[in-house]
Amino acid sequence: MTTTGTGGSAGACAARAGAGAASGGAGTASTPGASGSAHASGGADAARATGTAGAAGAEETGPVVIRTRGLTKRYRGGQLAVDGLDLTVPGGSVFGFLGPNGSGKTTTIRMLMGLIDPTSGTAEVLGRPMPGAARTVLPEVGALIEGPALYGFLNGRDNLLRYDRADPTADPRTRRARVDEALARVGLAAASGKKAKAYSLGMKQRLGLAAALLRPRRLLVLDEPTNGLDPQGMREIRSLVRELAAEGTTVFLSSHLLDEIEQVCTHAAVMARGRLIVQGPVADLAAGARGRLAVTTPDPGDAARILREQGLTGLSADGDRLTADAPPAAVDLADLNAALVSGGVRVRFFGVERGSLEDAFVALTGEGFDVAG
Amino acid sequence: MSQAETAPQAGTVHTRGPVDQHDPARPRNPLWTLGLLRSEITTMLRRHRTFALLGVLAAVPVLIGIAVRIETGGGGGGSGGPDGGAGPAFLAQVTNNGLFLVFAALAATLPVFLPMAVGVVAGDAVAGEASSGTLRYLLVAPAGRTRLLLVKYASVLAFCLVATLVVAASALAVGALLFPVGEVTTISGTRISFGEGLVRAALTALVVAVSLTGFAALGLFVSTLTGSGIGAMAATVGLLITVQILDSIPQLSGVHPYLFSHYWISFADVLREPVHWDDLIKNFQLQGLYVTVFCSAAWARFTAKDITA
Repeated sequence: MTTTGTGGSAGACAARAGAGAASGGAGTASTPGASGSAHASGGADAARATGTAGAAGAEETGPVVIRTRGLTKRYRGGQLAVDGLDLTVPGGSVFGFLGPNGSGKTTTIRMLMGLIDPTSGTAEVLGRPMPGAARTVLPEVGALIEGPALYGFLNGRDNLLRYDRADPTADPRTRRARVDEALARVGLAAASGKKAKAYSLGMKQRLGLAAALLRPRRLLVLDEPTNGLDPQGMREIRSLVRELAAEGTTVFLSSHLLDEIEQVCTHAAVMARGRLIVQGPVADLAAGARGRLAVTTPDPGDAARILREQGLTGLSADGDRLTADAPPAAVDLADLNAALVSGGVRVRFFGVERGSLEDAFVALTGEGFDVAG
Repeated sequence: MSQAETAPQAGTVHTRGPVDQHDPARPRNPLWTLGLLRSEITTMLRRHRTFALLGVLAAVPVLIGIAVRIETGGGGGGSGGPDGGAGPAFLAQVTNNGLFLVFAALAATLPVFLPMAVGVVAGDAVAGEASSGTLRYLLVAPAGRTRLLLVKYASVLAFCLVATLVVAASALAVGALLFPVGEVTTISGTRISFGEGLVRAALTALVVAVSLTGFAALGLFVSTLTGSGIGAMAATVGLLITVQILDSIPQLSGVHPYLFSHYWISFADVLREPVHWDDLIKNFQLQGLYVTVFCSAAWARFTAKDITA
């Protein structure tokens, strides 16, 4: 695995403990302590702090829901869509799957769902091999793949009834109740009698989600679920995802919206050009991009001098705003602030701005979100 | 959807969770295939396209009936006994007995209209789901590829039967409305009762429906080859026309017995007294061969296919 993590060890440790708490809150049997003491099982490069810590931690916190080994897909034209993917999705996580368009996300999801046969490598979903065990695995998996697909001449409810009938293990006695429940859950109860071709894109997206929620699932695979939704709808989907995760459902979420991943995901993986760049807890990944200390003051010159005296590096000033690399955890921010004030610096704003996943992503992929050629 | 609204529902889902999670291990309902089959057939019948196709098929006997009625001025015209057993020969009988409109309409629609309608439905069966994207959701439901293909073929067969019955029923209604009905003169010259004639008409419709099964299997196979519904329909109907042309070239008589349409017209033998089974059985054998070959090919193709649409 190619990893380019940049996290300092102290930061990564703290972040890992935080992630453990987060996944504990999401209903798994993990404890922050167990997660915090996680160590990588293989590999010796420093980059594994962000690269494999999540995977190793996951093995200790509960069952692995998705695991691929060397998963590769070469299409008939010779194009290598997915190249030796080793993906580990821990149970109970909300797993963000990131990557530029054309990086192999959808091909991976299709292989996981048994729609495409891998050229080589193996995939396990819910502990059983795919596509071999599709009949026993897929009833426990809800999926939204590359947008919703509906029968335009059927109304919303009949669309769901049809998909439910396609599942041989779904109980016909509870079918109508489950369909109504799923419709209500995505806010479509009132529009369920309308023909699907009259639905807006957002409504179609909701109906697609409802199809994934027809039964209680152990795993939900959602490929860009907020596509086409208004901001209100996006918020609802995010809260729905959190709610499902709290019930113990593992959610595998592909998205190109970084702040969406950052807001709802506990873990994430980044793909580029068919390869996995990095995977692990979101907090670790974000920690890879170190935070910045920011000070807003009318006296930037004095402030810079004092901060440099305090041992801070990477100072840069922009008008009345001064930033520096965040100090090590041993340094108390209150002392820094006191030093500034006692040095006669008038402080308007003082604080550490946490590194965002976007910063980490750009650091990892370099050029950012360019479509692979 | 508000938080307050979803919270109690979340609770109910959760409590049912553990029960439902054992589902895959539980013995399957033996009727599971029927559930999907019912859904498939009703879905097919609810398409506007199906209505249009059946409407055209129902209109054919009406047109024939009206044409014959106008041509003969309503009087009892030619009563010459049919001897060739060829399609148009039934037309002469229609003025004497409205029941013959059933045979005349089936003979008129079997070469083109009926197989074309079947070709559209069969060609669209898998490819149409693929091009609308619903195929991937049926497969992750999971419908199971073999099961889905079986259900698709069964629903195409159901359409063959429905289409044939629509032609026959429309013809029977029009025939009874425009012409006298009564005892039936068979091709062999003997007379049978009207009731017996009705049975023969139903049997004829059934034979016609069975005649279409081979072509339906061919259409299903074509449907698994492409992700474009329109493409599959066009290819299937194109194959039909090609085979019809080949069947009409005398120099190619060597391959004629292997063309799926070659024995189609054998349904007229049902009207002989006693029923002349030779060609009918050859027809059934040929259809059986086509069904075996092309359903196997469709299965081999569909179960190994990458679903990228």
